[in-house]
Amino acid sequence: MSEKLTSKQLLGQLTAKHYNDAIVGKQNGELVAWSTSIAPQEFCETMGIHVIYPENHAAAIGAKGGAIPILEHSEANGYSIDLCSYARINLGYMELQDCCFENVPLPDLIICCNNICNTLIKWYENIAKELNIPMIMIDVPYNTEYEVTQPRVNYIKGQFKEAIRQLEEICGRPFDYDRFDEIMKNSSRAAKSWKRAMDYAAYVPSPLNGFNIFNYMALIVCMRGKEESIQLFDLIAEELEELARNGESQFPGGEQYRIMWEGIACWPYLGHNFKTLKKYGVNMVGSTYPGAWTLLYEAGDLNGMARAYAGVMNNTNLARQVELRTSIIKDFKCDGAIYHMNRSCKLMDFMQYQLQREVADRTGVPYVVFDGDQTDPRNFAQAQFETRVQALVEMMERNKINKKSM
Amino acid sequence: MEKINAIIAEMNTVVSSPKKAVSAFKEETGKEAVGCLPVYCPEEIVHAAGILPVGMWGGQTALSKSHTYFPAFACSILQSAMEFALNGVYDNLAAVIIPAPCDTLKSFGQDWISAAPQVRSIPIVYPQMSRIEEGVEYLKSEFEIVKKAMEEISGETITDEALNNSIAVYNEYRKTMREFVKAAAEHLEIITPAIRHLLIKAAFFMEKGKHTSMMKELISELKAQPKVEYKGKKVVLTGIMAEPDSLLDLFAQNNMAVVADDLAHESRLFRTDVPDGEDGLERLARQWPLMEGCSLIYDPQKKRGQMLIDIVRENRADGVVLCMMKFCDPEEFDYPIFRKELEAAGIPLLYLEIDQQMPSAEQARTRIQSFAEMLDSM
Ligand code: SF4
Ligand code: SF4
Repeated sequence: MSEKLTSKQLLGQLTAKHYNDAIVGKQNGELVAWSTSIAPQEFCETMGIHVIYPENHAAAIGAKGGAIPILEHSEANGYSIDLCSYARINLGYMELQDCCFENVPLPDLIICCNNICNTLIKWYENIAKELNIPMIMIDVPYNTEYEVTQPRVNYIKGQFKEAIRQLEEICGRPFDYDRFDEIMKNSSRAAKSWKRAMDYAAYVPSPLNGFNIFNYMALIVCMRGKEESIQLFDLIAEELEELARNGESQFPGGEQYRIMWEGIACWPYLGHNFKTLKKYGVNMVGSTYPGAWTLLYEAGDLNGMARAYAGVMNNTNLARQVELRTSIIKDFKCDGAIYHMNRSCKLMDFMQYQLQREVADRTGVPYVVFDGDQTDPRNFAQAQFETRVQALVEMMERNKINKKSM
Repeated sequence: MEKINAIIAEMNTVVSSPKKAVSAFKEETGKEAVGCLPVYCPEEIVHAAGILPVGMWGGQTALSKSHTYFPAFACSILQSAMEFALNGVYDNLAAVIIPAPCDTLKSFGQDWISAAPQVRSIPIVYPQMSRIEEGVEYLKSEFEIVKKAMEEISGETITDEALNNSIAVYNEYRKTMREFVKAAAEHLEIITPAIRHLLIKAAFFMEKGKHTSMMKELISELKAQPKVEYKGKKVVLTGIMAEPDSLLDLFAQNNMAVVADDLAHESRLFRTDVPDGEDGLERLARQWPLMEGCSLIYDPQKKRGQMLIDIVRENRADGVVLCMMKFCDPEEFDYPIFRKELEAAGIPLLYLEIDQQMPSAEQARTRIQSFAEMLDSM
């Protein structure tokens, strides 16, 4: 009998398989698409197209320390150093096709959904132009209203139709609606089991080491429509359940403080960031990641699917974003918050100051901000990060003492 | 020439104090004014309500309060606009219309709600997939919201007739401006880069019908002038906007004239007419899919490069000057693509950084000088 795999092992296997399938598939003449991280993968999955997620790929390159030469290549091509570093890495990789991580194949088509930012539209236009390949665009208008309005839903559904039409043309065969239904079911199940696993962070102490979310994420980004991802998320949940039952945790050394982390990780400094937090017993239990891919809708319900993709956190208005952070801090019982002022991401940065003020007003929880970048190592200073974490810990400590003396 | 100078002087008065121009309009007409953030805005709807649409493209100012909303790496248009908003500069506007074509404007619209709660904001999100019918329908629904807001502000319903009339006024304005651009190219000795910019910019603070009739007069005066062969070099400007004036003066000082432009602040606003039809809102919505070559409008074929090449050839220009608004993502993504295409077509390109907070254009001086020398040597 084979030993049961741990979630870590399974994650490694599945990630490798995900990339390998695309590489081998391409060699066998199968279609490969590149896609934005929260685009409706259901369509390509239905058509059996391999999908690579450049944001995930760029993050992995960053985490493995291979960003600089690729960034420099893009900059030499005229890409401003002020642009999102994921874009600069991907557009550089597109030419070099060589990196310290998986050398993924170039796409035959791309699919872009701007529910996380409009930067993606420009970035993907450039891929389409440079490689002369078709681009499927799912434009989800920014939700200036609290809810996703019906005219927006109708417009998005119109684009689903158009995407299907384009895919039928690209693949040269009709869209399989039965399979589509199946994929929609899987995707919803995966979303639920992802959320269930990540919600273990609400336990005090949390059995989940929050920084592990940054690893698990690879699968919810890359394999949301696949059965295997459900297996992984269920396995993670099982392990966390077991740890919780025994009063244990993945987080080493004991949890002293619980914080919310706002924004993307600094991939090149993941280890440093984690160590700095661990030193003070700070566990990141609250983050927007668990929710970001929790795309819930009923199979067959295109209205619901449109609403789910349009209602992604980055695409909601500030009032709703404030509410989301407020409830994360409350539900996950956070003592403080760290905000990443990410040099790459204008969308996440330019509402952030007001977000910080409103969330602090509502929760009374202290926060600090640090300057960083998700994958450009030149835009992050370790010393500043350490000082900010220290300041936060002092504030959280003071709050604890005050609470006790009350 | 006297007439031309008089028109230039009048427009100069408007542009040097938009605030006065807005107050004068409000006093004369008893109607309100509404601000329009860049780039595209359904001004016809505003106009149909008798309201003055006012362009809000930032301006030169020292930044201090804007830092409570934006870190340093936001484009200077919106940094300035935020600074102005926080200082109450826009308080004489009944509302502002804020589109969301880029991430910075999306954020700006949300920040406005707490930064300037005294001025109502009306968001509008244009579709990127307007070539499908559902995109047109959706855009129409966005326009409905703007229409309703304008009716609330003016206290009157906007009839279809009024809207169609306003569309006619705007189409006439567009046509006239295209004519102006052509006429100006024939008289570069009179229409210097700064004057050209001034005349186009004045439309942001004037009722369009009034601006149009002044421009028509100017065009016929221009046409009556004797033809003079321009001795200097001719360039095409591309980008979001070309300011401050001191920058434009550098072109003149180096014997360069602006023969055409592809600026969001200028030609992109009047190169596409609103198509014919009956329902005013639908007509406006159908204009959108006709527009192209702009960094803020979805285009996987990236036609902008070829468009620039065509503009250069049609106008027998000597080169292109990219006025790169610092920290503007959409423009920064377009650049590497059209740079390659211009290079392949053998068209010289100058990259100039635009920053509204730039205290002087000194940095650009040497770059413009050497570009002029390079063109001379060709
Ligand atoms: S980091 Fe920000 S700008 Fe870059 S792709 Fe993600 S959401 Fe868009
Ligand atoms: S200049 Fe660029 S970044 Fe700034 S508002 Fe305009 S389009 Fe957006």
